[in-house]
Amino acid sequence: MHASKIASPLAVGRNVPRKDSAEKVAGAAKYVDDLVFPGMLYGRTIRSTIPRGRIAATRLAFDQRGFVVADYRDIPGRNVVALIEDDQPFLAEREIRHTAEPILLLAHESRDLLLRAHVEIGYERENPVLDPESSPTAFKSLAIDKGEIEDGFSEADIIIEGEYRTGHQEHIYIETNGVIAVPQDGGITLLGSMQCPFYVHKALKSMLGWSDERIRVVQTETGGGFGGKEEYPSLIAGHAALLALKANRPVKIVYDRAEDMIATTKRHPAIVRHRTGVKRDGRLTAMDIDIVMDAGAYVTLSPVVLSRGAIHAAGPYRCDHVRVRGRAMMTNTPPNGAFRGFGAPQTQFAVEVHMERIAETLGIDPVKLRETNAFRPGDTTSTGQILGEDCSALDVLRRAVRRSGFRTRQRRYAGTNRGIGLALFYHGSGFTGGGEVRLASKASLGLTERGVQILVASTEIGQGTRTMHAQIVADALGVPFDDVYPVQPDTSNVPDSGPTVASRTCMVVGRILQQCAEEMKTRLGGMTPREFFAAHGPMIVTSEYEGPSGIKWDDSTYRGDAYSTYAWACDVAEVEINPDTFEVRPLKLTCVHDIGKAIHPVLVAGQIEGGTAQGIGYALIEQVVMREGSMANAQLTNYTIPTTLDTPPIDVVIVENPSRYGPHGAKGVGELPIDGPAPAIVNAVRSIGIDLREIPAVPEIVMKAIDLGKGKTDARHVPL
Amino acid sequence: MTSISVTVNGATRKHDVEPRMLLVHYLREVLGLTGTHVGCDTSQCGACCVCVDGLVVKSCTVLAVQANGSKVTTIEGMSAPGLLHPLQEAFWEEHGLQCGFCTPGMIMAADDLLRRNPTPTEEEIRAGLDGNLCRCTGYHNIVKAVQRAAGRMGQTRDTFTIDAMAGKTDEFPTPAAKH
Repeated sequence: MHASKIASPLAVGRNVPRKDSAEKVAGAAKYVDDLVFPGMLYGRTIRSTIPRGRIAATRLAFDQRGFVVADYRDIPGRNVVALIEDDQPFLAEREIRHTAEPILLLAHESRDLLLRAHVEIGYERENPVLDPESSPTAFKSLAIDKGEIEDGFSEADIIIEGEYRTGHQEHIYIETNGVIAVPQDGGITLLGSMQCPFYVHKALKSMLGWSDERIRVVQTETGGGFGGKEEYPSLIAGHAALLALKANRPVKIVYDRAEDMIATTKRHPAIVRHRTGVKRDGRLTAMDIDIVMDAGAYVTLSPVVLSRGAIHAAGPYRCDHVRVRGRAMMTNTPPNGAFRGFGAPQTQFAVEVHMERIAETLGIDPVKLRETNAFRPGDTTSTGQILGEDCSALDVLRRAVRRSGFRTRQRRYAGTNRGIGLALFYHGSGFTGGGEVRLASKASLGLTERGVQILVASTEIGQGTRTMHAQIVADALGVPFDDVYPVQPDTSNVPDSGPTVASRTCMVVGRILQQCAEEMKTRLGGMTPREFFAAHGPMIVTSEYEGPSGIKWDDSTYRGDAYSTYAWACDVAEVEINPDTFEVRPLKLTCVHDIGKAIHPVLVAGQIEGGTAQGIGYALIEQVVMREGSMANAQLTNYTIPTTLDTPPIDVVIVENPSRYGPHGAKGVGELPIDGPAPAIVNAVRSIGIDLREIPAVPEIVMKAIDLGKGKTDARHVPL
Repeated sequence: MTSISVTVNGATRKHDVEPRMLLVHYLREVLGLTGTHVGCDTSQCGACCVCVDGLVVKSCTVLAVQANGSKVTTIEGMSAPGLLHPLQEAFWEEHGLQCGFCTPGMIMAADDLLRRNPTPTEEEIRAGLDGNLCRCTGYHNIVKAVQRAAGRMGQTRDTFTIDAMAGKTDEFPTPAAKH
């Protein structure tokens, strides 16, 4: 049954006001750094200044009066940040694996004295591994095989190869990371800027060796996340907790921008190599793909980032013979981690630029090449998943070409310093494979005097969680939107709805809430919530995720249904290159996105506009400069993100081809928009005749591509 | 310590402060006005924008002592309790915010822009807000919000209250699904 058949929705599909606007426009919303507790100390993290080696000696070269000092010996439980692998310590004991690795913690009530305190650390240095391709250590290797790759190559008329590179990217949530730890009554409360309160809870439980109920984690208003506040807050919370327990006073650790950039996670850099067999008419016969991701010094989430990257690596294209090999390599650099898109932007950049090169080599129109190969319902992905009617690859491609006037502009720009290019892409919604079933997320609804209370661990980080959940609940229950209200996620008060990641908050958690509301409606027995409350008092309804039937996944062979549904999109980029400076300026982006159902169209468009702007930064200007394993440009003065003037008009078109699983047919939307802008922009630059295969395409990289192209006989005329 | 006297949101405040204390820390930590945020420490992001004697400044790059004798307006002073400034109202209506962290600084910068140019074009709005970073929205709804506020600020009109806004669900623009 299609959930979208619910008659005359009251809130869903309408642009109702956000639940959190009043506080945010008034400056009254409380972010972590806005909170102060009596007797509170400030905390500071002393970090390694070398990429690899061993700690030989530490010396506190300051007057220690009023200071609290903690190191690994103060950890009562396990000195590992519990996540996928237990390899990353909260505080280094002897071994240093990356620059900015936490070693020692200080706290003081005066921030001035704290910042002036000097700690000397002596090291035994070792040679760092900085190149992922020469690293001896793979944190994760995986293989996807479909068909027989050699058969595919023997069917081919021509084989086309290419190597594509993507750089680090820093999240630049405008609010930096921060946590306050408050010890009380034999327990501890952590308040902080975070996406996943239960991740922090799990990590603290392991670090302290305490039972569940002694640890409480509360998300404060959060100034952006983008994945950067998925796993890292666990580490900061551990640090704040150690200091707070030692001092028996509240401790606040808020990173300044430089520390946040130098120490916290970033998007994994990647090198992706393609070898593709094609027929002269453009049909793909074999796709052989090799992916190397730079994981950094600890495992963090790299195995699952690699996994999502590998599953999306062949793009939204039909091909009977696919071989994908992926490795996440250890290097002596700060660990890379979750970032919107989670591996898919890297691999889809590669395949979409490669598709452009295939079109150029065959002399086929790039739209035609994609039309020939785009997935249709009934086609099979590289993991063997058979796509259903909710596959919209061809539809979004055709709409984007029409909407942008692609062909007209292609002709108009020919021979000028302007170009147009496109990217067709997709993004699996929710956790990969059996992840959602293993998570077994829960959500609750409470009936109170005030109305209907939403009890979930899903965090509002700007994307509109509170508003969108309230819309779904209001309609399922048949009550006004204003009668439904969210609460701040607090592990002592809400069930574990899983992490706020993977474009799952609407599709997965929203669906569980819809089930809660349906059950509550039954229990109300025709009464309004107010009538029921007056007669019977409060009620709580809890529901748990039910894996859709017929979805099968085998993690050992990487075969099966990788995601219950996919969102589909096509971006068209128009750019202009400055012939003097080689700067690429985007002129316009047209973004056609099928996200199943827009619960709140303006919020959905906001995700697409914001994700596209972040993708433009990824493509053109956001360059992390690493020197000896450390970020050399760790400030916003020279790591720049798009401003109002760097962000061109973005024409958003929302397509609604419903999924069977999400509420009202919704699919994931948060990550999809970051997958497309980089390849679309690079393909637009390619249309000017510049053989660009790398991002960020800062002027130096563009200049290099032009210089390399000039010597080649097959290089097209560069009108510069 | 240096004695300063600053009129903040209409009230005169006198304090002894360290000469090197930043204005943003004075506002946030001494006066408890936490609507002014710190985003980058290097005056790139604009989350700390406040108005000093009629001009918008990045308060992370101004010393508190430099504000001695000045009139300072922060986001908290943009409207009386329970009321909204037309810019606040427009940011709400146009969804000119997501995480909200850049919002106060963005509104202060937009207010400065509209005082200097009450009827800006889209290009002028973009140029005027180039010193304020937002990572969530892609700026489109922020630009729309400023346009909407500009249209209203030129007219005499009833003041909007927060309560009136909250009840306005049905009046919010609901464009037909974009196809």
